[in-house]
Amino acid sequence: MSVDKDTVRRIARLARLAIEEERVEPMVNELNQMLAWVAQLEEVDIAGVEPMTSVIAQKLKLREDKVTAGGDARAVTANAPQAEDNFFVVPKVVE
Amino acid sequence: MSLPATPTEFTLADARDAVAAKKISSRELTGAFVKAIEAGRSLNAFVTETPEKAFAMADASDARIAKGDVRPLEGLPLAIKDLFCTKGVRTTAGSHILSNFIPPYESTVTQNLWDAGAVLLGKTNMDEFAMGSSNETSWFKPVISPWRAKGSNEHFVPGGSSGGSATSVAANMCLAATGTDTGGSIRQPAAVTGTVGLKPTYGRCSRWGIVAFASSLDQAGPMTRTVRDAAILLKQMASVDALDSTSVDVPVPDYEAAVNSGVKGLRIGIPKEYRVDGAPPEIDALWQKGAEWLKAQGAEIVEVSLPHTKYALPAYYIVAPAEASSNLARYDGVRYGHRAEGVRDVIELYEKSRAEGFGAEVRRRILIGTYVLSAGYYDAYYTRAQKIRTLIKRDFEQAFERCDALLTPATPGPAFAIGAKTADPVAMYLNDVFTVTVNLAGLPGIAVPAGLTPDGLPLGLQIIGKAFDEATVLRAGRAIEQAANFTAKPEKWWGV
Repeated sequence: MSVDKDTVRRIARLARLAIEEERVEPMVNELNQMLAWVAQLEEVDIAGVEPMTSVIAQKLKLREDKVTAGGDARAVTANAPQAEDNFFVVPKVVE
Repeated sequence: MSLPATPTEFTLADARDAVAAKKISSRELTGAFVKAIEAGRSLNAFVTETPEKAFAMADASDARIAKGDVRPLEGLPLAIKDLFCTKGVRTTAGSHILSNFIPPYESTVTQNLWDAGAVLLGKTNMDEFAMGSSNETSWFKPVISPWRAKGSNEHFVPGGSSGGSATSVAANMCLAATGTDTGGSIRQPAAVTGTVGLKPTYGRCSRWGIVAFASSLDQAGPMTRTVRDAAILLKQMASVDALDSTSVDVPVPDYEAAVNSGVKGLRIGIPKEYRVDGAPPEIDALWQKGAEWLKAQGAEIVEVSLPHTKYALPAYYIVAPAEASSNLARYDGVRYGHRAEGVRDVIELYEKSRAEGFGAEVRRRILIGTYVLSAGYYDAYYTRAQKIRTLIKRDFEQAFERCDALLTPATPGPAFAIGAKTADPVAMYLNDVFTVTVNLAGLPGIAVPAGLTPDGLPLGLQIIGKAFDEATVLRAGRAIEQAANFTAKPEKWWGV
């Protein structure tokens, strides 16, 4: 399997990562180099093998459903590049 | 106890005992390291230095010591990889996108260290989001290794991604440091800088407050000058944590007590698949020497097989980017981090902020990860890689039926010159060929300095253990350390 320029533009869009037009072709080559290298995985017999879902076998822990932190909008917005009155500021989303 | 004349040369154990015995104050010790960090700025090991905070913490420790209230790491100055969130102290993950981020909370691992009395010297440089094996992908420029080849002035890499931590330990700019290891990022830099690096079992240390790269692989661990120091630091870093549901509720043993129990009667496996073509002959020679050292101390050497070893690295380069593409979706230019100027709408805000904020290696991995998770390719890549991961883990389980721990080389070669491998990503990835299997299987592994190349550059050996058996890993690591008697230090060419 390999990618072409349209695929690179599409996945960049999915990843919300702007890519300059002159970077598309080099990225096609870089990704194809990686995909050619990982293609060796196709030779492994994986019939009847379960995919790993937990690296160390353990039961998912549950906790009581109650609020344990939060309620501090000032701390939450303190690192925002743009904030007003404890709200995040974004470009207009709805016309 | 005979102490080195210079406090910066103390081991963590030396310093702990000297501070507790009031032979040196924490302020005095901290001052020596603050000076060493200033003198070592040309190595670029630190992204942020925190001398004022360090002295305040040292004074608080000295006050406790005066009262006889001494905690396990009381007054001991440490360097912290800039991937651990530190409350009120900038935490960048080596990235432009987080270059102004000041966490309003503390990571569990670092909180554990402060609760044990440790002192923060500063935050160490690293590959951006821990993606790299040479510390060359940092937004804050590469770290320079204190080691140079004999008769050469060329700058070498300190390995990565915990390159700043490895350098600060090797160049005596801290007593010890924290690192994180997703595919080898503690053990590989430790090996090429002549230091000790331990990646614990997945779940041993809480991941809460550590900037996420690949959540099923990431694990924090100690980087130190001796195996005993690694035992001391791990004991304090490890904990079960309500804030990380994958942290495991198992007792944390007294590792320091286990370190010197020797290897008599242990069975040490030699996995034949770790002999790779094209590796320099000194790697194989050192590996054989390591086996002889352990045998001479009473261990039994057995050959074992890990048949899926060659598939570990390609499987990793599907799983890790897939998880990274998901984890790094949070950087949106809205809630924290870099934000692009002059955009028309919110989509362009995301796309431009991320393109400007992430470096080339991170962008490449996000795109690979997005591709292997995208509709129509998920099973062919991601599910297949996770099945191969099951096989790799099974290989280890079968090998451990015949032995207690494994001995392998830590890296396929010594450190290389800065810029030597940046053109070919796959060649760079091969640095992790001996370490990455351990992350895929969630196991503990330690890199211990074991020898020098003919050029005078450090090489390490790796011990891999069963899940949650860090004690045996440390015991065998100590046996290697003792036999190797690695006393070489980099010649001090910086800061003069």
